[in-house]
Amino acid sequence: MPVVLAVTEQRDGVLRKVSLEVLTAARRLADQLGATVDAAVCGSAAVSGAETLGRFGADRVLSAMHPDFVRYHPDGEAATIAAAARSAVAVVFAATATGRDLAPRVAARLGVGLATDVTEFGAEAGKVVVTRPVYAGKALLRLRLDGSPAVLSIRPNTVQPAEAVRPGAAVTTPVPEFTARVTVTGIKAPAVAALDVAEAPIVVSGGRGLKGPENFKLLEDLAAALGSAAVGASRAVVDAGWRDHGAQVGQTGKTVSPSLYIAVGISGAIQHLAGMRTARTIVAINRDKDAPIFKVADYGIVGDLFEVVPRLAAEIRRLRGEML
Amino acid sequence: MRIAVCLKRVPDTTTKILIGADGKSIDESGVKFVPNPYDEYALEEALKLKEAAGSGETVVYCLGGDAAQETIRTALAMGFDRGVLLQAAPTADGFEVAKALAADLKDGGFDLILFGKLAVDDYNHQVGVMVAELLERPCITAVSHLVVAGTAVTAEREIEGGIETVTASLPAVLSCEKGLNTPRLPSLKGIMAAKKKPLELKPVSLGAGSVTVLGLALPPERKPGQIVGEGPDAVPALVRLLREDAGVI
Ligand SMILES: Cc1cc2nc3c(=O)[nH]c(=O)nc-3n(C[C@H](O)[C@H](O)[C@H](O)COP(=O)(O)OP(=O)(O)OC[C@H]3O[C@@H](n4cnc5c(N)ncnc54)[C@H](O)[C@@H]3O)c2cc1C
Ligand SMILES: Nc1ncnc2c1ncn2[C@@H]1O[C@H](COP(=O)(O)O)[C@@H](O)[C@H]1O
Repeated sequence: MPVVLAVTEQRDGVLRKVSLEVLTAARRLADQLGATVDAAVCGSAAVSGAETLGRFGADRVLSAMHPDFVRYHPDGEAATIAAAARSAVAVVFAATATGRDLAPRVAARLGVGLATDVTEFGAEAGKVVVTRPVYAGKALLRLRLDGSPAVLSIRPNTVQPAEAVRPGAAVTTPVPEFTARVTVTGIKAPAVAALDVAEAPIVVSGGRGLKGPENFKLLEDLAAALGSAAVGASRAVVDAGWRDHGAQVGQTGKTVSPSLYIAVGISGAIQHLAGMRTARTIVAINRDKDAPIFKVADYGIVGDLFEVVPRLAAEIRRLRGEML
Repeated sequence: MRIAVCLKRVPDTTTKILIGADGKSIDESGVKFVPNPYDEYALEEALKLKEAAGSGETVVYCLGGDAAQETIRTALAMGFDRGVLLQAAPTADGFEVAKALAADLKDGGFDLILFGKLAVDDYNHQVGVMVAELLERPCITAVSHLVVAGTAVTAEREIEGGIETVTASLPAVLSCEKGLNTPRLPSLKGIMAAKKKPLELKPVSLGAGSVTVLGLALPPERKPGQIVGEGPDAVPALVRLLREDAGVI
């Protein structure tokens, strides 16, 4: 039976949530291709969370353990995944910082093309067909992947993890000989461990309308009220030094596809829209009723953010309180 | 220090995109083209490294149509020594582009080959890494901070919720991210000098590849949104819509 390989990610020995999205995508493709799913896990010791992979559609969990895999190991993992992928019909990555680094290494080693940042996918006549945003989301490109295997990466948050219980049989997979050409020597974590905008299911972003860095506490409070939310920013405020570049959404920042994006005091310049227009639901809060952000927003409130945002946080807290 | 930069000619990001008659590419009439913004960080870094080394050569490579000569001239005006245009139409299959670039870069004796993190037209995020794999060179992607000391390379790259430090040694391949530097603007003198710098034209043919374009389309219009109301009094209605209609909270 043909195999679809799902390439999972872990950090510090813990499976990353995006892995379940990758696995769900792989399962869906496998069902259409009449294939089984292998989920590959690279690590230096047992990865916590790997035991849930069966629940999300893995027929087998291939665990590739190597002492050097304590952190992401570009060359070693590329060699391992390429070896595991050689007989696969499709290989699915996440379009994360790691996946964007790893997927082209694997595709090149396999000698096939690669479709990155895919937002829709399926099988037609036994081939993988994908859609991916290009030109900063201003157009959608439909591609057929004729390579064997088809190699693709899925944009985070575009697939909802879905349960599809399979055996999830644990199998040890060998790590082939590899040459370590680069070494990840460490990870600097930010002072406060915050959800990354590229992966958060809800993003609350602020722009120049916030008037100063201190006022971002309004957005942090709104994010806390919503739960599982990250605070993003426009380039104007990142360039002004109010927020870190890692929070920037847009053309030269991150591309986000959360289920809810709330733009506060952001005008909606084309380069900002490039990073967030694929969000499922967009809310805009701006005092200028003609701001371009209202053209892409599903819901808008015209008003002073300093009045609207605290009220919104309070209302959401009240609602969530009722739901508990 | 010998450094090559791969530079792509792309539509300006503010350009309105229209679909061409073939339904598979954009209508290029009236589109303004610019050097890929991420590649400008690569260009600047190459010039800085050569200046710091005190000697060497900077070469800009572009794979594209004849109009890309103009893009190469921009790099020459910034201070690059020479340019190479691999004449071919870039395809959707980044691996084919990578193979053509790698074939020419292979024997260039470069200590460093720099790329942009991604091309803002195709968003492929792949050509630099693939070139590195084909040349069997170390590769660090999305570099936002770089130190080269002798042959030791130390780079930082942003990952979700942190910054990774990665080390390698020359010769190496890097892809450049915003934050690495502030690209210089060509000076008038540079623009004049660029006209006399060597620009080699080399026809290449790309393989058919394994990625077939089925179609290019404009994204579906978002269904028209609504202004829920004005000021804080509109908040309860917004919350209700988010919960009941959109189901997102
Ligand atoms: C090559 C290039 C790349 C770029 N990349 C990016 C990118 O990645 N991301 C990005 O965001 N931008 C990017 N930009 C910049 C972009 O063009 C805009 O300049 C930027 O997005 C504007 O940020 P802003 O919306 O915060 O500020 P502004 O455009 O100044 O908008 C501020 C908004 O706040 C509103 N406002 C003010 N006070 C209040 C109040 N009290 N209550 C409610 N609303 C209020 C105003 O009505 C206005 O609409 C890029 C530009 C270029 C040229
Ligand atoms: N046609 C091209 N000519 C020269 N360099 C290119 C070309 N296409 C891509 N590149 C380089 O590869 C990087 C990544 O591009 P991509 O993989 O297409 O997103 C770009 O930033 C360029 O440095």
